[in-house]
Amino acid sequence: MLKTILAARETLLLVAVLLLLLLVSSRFPAFIEIDNLVKVLTDTSPLIILALGQMLVIVTRCIDLSVAANLALTGMVVAMLNTAAPELPIVFTLLIAVSLGAVLGAINGLLVWRLAIPSIVVTLGTMTIFRGTIFLISDGQWINAHEMSEHFSQFPRGSVAGMPVLAWIAVLVTITAWIFIARTPTGRAFFAVGSNPHASVYTGIDVGRTQCIAFIISGALAGLTGYLWVARYAVAYVDIASGFELEVVAACVIGGIAIAGGQGSVVGVLLGAIFLGVVKNALPVVNISPFWQLAISGAAILIAVAFNSRSSQSRGRLILKEAEQST
Amino acid sequence: MSQLKTAHSSSEDFPPVLALQNICKNFTGVRALNNVSLNLYPGQVTALVGENGAGKSTVVKILTGIHQPSSGEILLAGEQVQFATAHHAASAGVTAIHQETVLFDDLNVAENIYIGHAPRSRFGLIDTQAMRQQAKALLDDIGADISPTAMLRDLGIANKHMVAIARALSIDARVVIMDEPTAALSHKEINELYVLVEKLKSQGKAILFISHKFDEIFSIADRFTVFRDGGFIGEGKIKGVNESELVKMMVGRPVDQIFPTRQPDLGNEILQVSKYCHPTEFDDISFTLRRGEILGFYGLVGAGRSEVMQSLFGIKRPCSGTASVDGKRLEIRSPADAIAHGIVYVPEDRGKQGAITTLPIFQNVSLPSLQQTSRRGFIRLAQEFALTRKYTERLDLRAAALDQNVAELSGGNQQKVVIAKWLATQPKVIVLDEPTKGIDVGSKAAVHEFMAELASQGLAVIMVSSEIPEMLGMSDRVIVMREGRMVTELRGDSLTPETLVRHAAGIGEE
Ligand SMILES: Nc1ncnc2c1ncn2[C@@H]1O[C@H](COP(=O)(O)OP(=O)(O)OP(=O)(O)O)[C@@H](O)[C@H]1O
Ligand SMILES: [Mg+2]
Repeated sequence: MLKTILAARETLLLVAVLLLLLLVSSRFPAFIEIDNLVKVLTDTSPLIILALGQMLVIVTRCIDLSVAANLALTGMVVAMLNTAAPELPIVFTLLIAVSLGAVLGAINGLLVWRLAIPSIVVTLGTMTIFRGTIFLISDGQWINAHEMSEHFSQFPRGSVAGMPVLAWIAVLVTITAWIFIARTPTGRAFFAVGSNPHASVYTGIDVGRTQCIAFIISGALAGLTGYLWVARYAVAYVDIASGFELEVVAACVIGGIAIAGGQGSVVGVLLGAIFLGVVKNALPVVNISPFWQLAISGAAILIAVAFNSRSSQSRGRLILKEAEQST
Repeated sequence: MSQLKTAHSSSEDFPPVLALQNICKNFTGVRALNNVSLNLYPGQVTALVGENGAGKSTVVKILTGIHQPSSGEILLAGEQVQFATAHHAASAGVTAIHQETVLFDDLNVAENIYIGHAPRSRFGLIDTQAMRQQAKALLDDIGADISPTAMLRDLGIANKHMVAIARALSIDARVVIMDEPTAALSHKEINELYVLVEKLKSQGKAILFISHKFDEIFSIADRFTVFRDGGFIGEGKIKGVNESELVKMMVGRPVDQIFPTRQPDLGNEILQVSKYCHPTEFDDISFTLRRGEILGFYGLVGAGRSEVMQSLFGIKRPCSGTASVDGKRLEIRSPADAIAHGIVYVPEDRGKQGAITTLPIFQNVSLPSLQQTSRRGFIRLAQEFALTRKYTERLDLRAAALDQNVAELSGGNQQKVVIAKWLATQPKVIVLDEPTKGIDVGSKAAVHEFMAELASQGLAVIMVSSEIPEMLGMSDRVIVMREGRMVTELRGDSLTPETLVRHAAGIGEE
């Protein structure tokens, strides 16, 4: 069991993250103080949550480009709700955010399942539709901190055992995702569908339905993040988290999720997201411009993809290189 | 014929055209080949025999540049060579029909045959006209009635296999390798393949022939080489051995190849299929099946047997007709429905429809039985492994560990995983489509014994098979199909190899 958890790719990623931390801390020791690490984790939490949802979608051979737009739309809706009914308990806000996100995800899922439209086309479409809807319902207006009620914007920041609620939620989602994938029939089905859709049909698994479920989960997590995001930054407008979907996909790819489907692990995605989070937080500290950050993320993606395709190509061949050298 | 004979005897003096010496091959943690040698002579057929996982396909992959040996030498006409890529091997004149055929679903037949070496026109563009003509000639040559412009995805698995054979022969080769070429074919295509092999022999080509069917080996091969567990056991002329000696070399002990004797204790009728029709694939199919019965379906490739079974399993929708289990009429809309009613189908195309190769063995086996191995929605790993162990042990699966990926197993062992997966669901009716395809003698006996045992416990079995001995040895009753229709039902004394062949081909005495 331990062997499978620490499969080579994840270990390598862990080493990369640790190296990065070491490198930064050699010049700025404060970076690896507990407080700062918690801050980095909290900062990375939305990415972690979304990437875990995206992982399920990619594993079933689809892609969800609408997550960031879903996040923004749900965020706007709960923010407007909050201005209309400031006393609404947080539980309801959370419930509404998750359900609305799930419904938006279900739209993607149903289009992919029932009409058999490729997911990249569907989610490119819904992505613009969701953004457009925000504009329609908000008239392009911003909702700012002072318009939000105290408990609404304070909830993700509240500290439990020294860590903000936002980070705890990411931890919770990660653990749930891990159990879900490792130990439930539906979790298994995602991998079966992605790795051999034909054989899955013969096994009695409904491929389209399974993909739809993945979209619903991804959507629900995007909705959840929508509220957390709006509350944390205490602002909602049309363009929040714009382009964030690419970062989410990047975290998955760096984490070793095969774009061709059927392969990937929660630990990998977690590390992929954390890697990007550390880069993002470390660069300003070491005084490198944010443009470099993009370049570094990009390079990390290419390296990860090259590494993935190389390792999946043929393990036999990789061994041969050693054998050839030794002779 | 006499000319052929002289060609043979003179070629005895030739040195091998292709030889492997002291080849080792390691996969992560597995030693697939350990110091093996293999000699292929011009104008001769060398049969390579060994159990599932003995390393036969690995040798083929080394000879065709797909895998590189960890150590050892390849000698082509006496000179040491390295086949770094598949292209190298092909241009050195080594071509192969692989066990798992790799073709392109979205290209047509001619394109599949000539991809990579298509005939060019004067301007360097692909000469489609010439390509189609040459493809047609090749297909005629091997006796395959397939249009060169048909899309590959529309072909059945056997015809796909014929395309793979044509593709291998489209390369002008000195060495032709056939890795279980007859596994999916029925007697008609097999006979045509024999004729083809004779022709290749007379052209002086060296042929490596891999098969688990001994009648085939003895009728076609001149020499044999035996592997066991990745090691070299022996080689020699086929005339110098008999079947049981060969089996003993292969398995390391004598094997009973007798089919299990059954006293079929038939229970009540469990399955009735009546007037099943499909607009293009089959017509008017009616039969019944009783508990404890093994019902065979025989026919030539493309007779519609698999299609009928796929309808029963909810993959295809029949346009009319009904099926009922235990007297209750069924609405089978999807495989999930069929499984819920206790009907399961072990498909013939293992690579595409059977195994999920990037998942480990235990996840493959338990996939349709997850309800059984979980409690309150959570899978219990211990149960899952226990279930997997129970069925794979019965089928004599050879694997390093149950959490090994199925992709790393040999072809025959993958087949065992697929059978185990369906038996583990404890169905009422099981349809086995070419169940022992690619399975070695010892394991074949294990599968047959298991089938007999399950039938005696009341399981109703439908067996689609192209292997006549298996048909005769296992079935209580055989339905013969031809061109999508049932031709006859044979049992008892009327069930003989001759009657099977005659009805399947639809002619008088052949
Ligand atoms: N890619 C791989 N990774 C790891 N092990 C492998 C791989 N390919 C083959 N093996 C192992 O090598 C051994 C030989 O396999 P091979 O496919 O050559 O057997 P085979 O003789 O062709 O069997 P069969 O009759 O079932 O086709 C098996 O133990 C198999 O599990
Ligand atoms: Mg093989």
